[in-house]
Amino acid sequence: MATSSSMRSALGKARSLGSARTGVSHWWSQRLTAIGLIPLVLYLVAGLVLHAGAEYHAARAWISAPFNATAALLFFGVGFYHASLGIQVIIEDYVSNERRRLLALVASKMVMTGLAALSLFSVLSVALA
Amino acid sequence: MAKERPLSPHLMIYRPQLTSMMSISHRLSGAALAAGSLLLVWWVVALASGAGYYSLVQGIMLSIPGRLVLFGFSAAVFYHLSNGIRHLFWDFGIGLTIEGVYRSGYLVIGSTLVLTLGLWSLIVFG
Repeated sequence: MATSSSMRSALGKARSLGSARTGVSHWWSQRLTAIGLIPLVLYLVAGLVLHAGAEYHAARAWISAPFNATAALLFFGVGFYHASLGIQVIIEDYVSNERRRLLALVASKMVMTGLAALSLFSVLSVALA
Repeated sequence: MAKERPLSPHLMIYRPQLTSMMSISHRLSGAALAAGSLLLVWWVVALASGAGYYSLVQGIMLSIPGRLVLFGFSAAVFYHLSNGIRHLFWDFGIGLTIEGVYRSGYLVIGSTLVLTLGLWSLIVFG
């Protein structure tokens, strides 16, 4: 160990985990959801533009088509997960008070989870109607 | 008592650079998208709630103030998308030179403008 230039302990290296144990999974999740969102956003933006201002029945028919419904469900699920990861980093960077940071983190996760559930249920209820 | 100690280099003394401005804009646009996602949720909730409520929401979104908000939302989408792809290239170690970072920076600004204006010319004139 004396000759090693690394500051990491042998046990830490063997476990191949970072200091906080799960930091790398946040990084990976953020990148993988980002990659997934690229085609989803492009596909849905194109669809929304072609149906911009569509009246009620046309809009319902559009989102009920299998590929559109799947894209919308994936977008809301992956998108809100990506958003909650991003908001988490912003809170961790700027809220230094530990109690307020924890409260903000929990509140943001709850809001994102709630919005995800609401949007997923709405899409499903239209698509399966 | 707390002494007046020198602070670490303060943001305000730096001349704004393209790189730092684009970096904070990525975070700001991400936060704006999280807030703007409420519009999308509102739209699908309206779609699931019935024709009357849907046309009310549609009317608000297609009004002039509504369109302005949607314009800003779409610009945030395209900026965060373009700059996010730039970040993914950096994650692979591509383009991490001063010249490369400036080149991709201008590319991101250009693609944001082209995509945003292209989208809205399609909506308005299409």
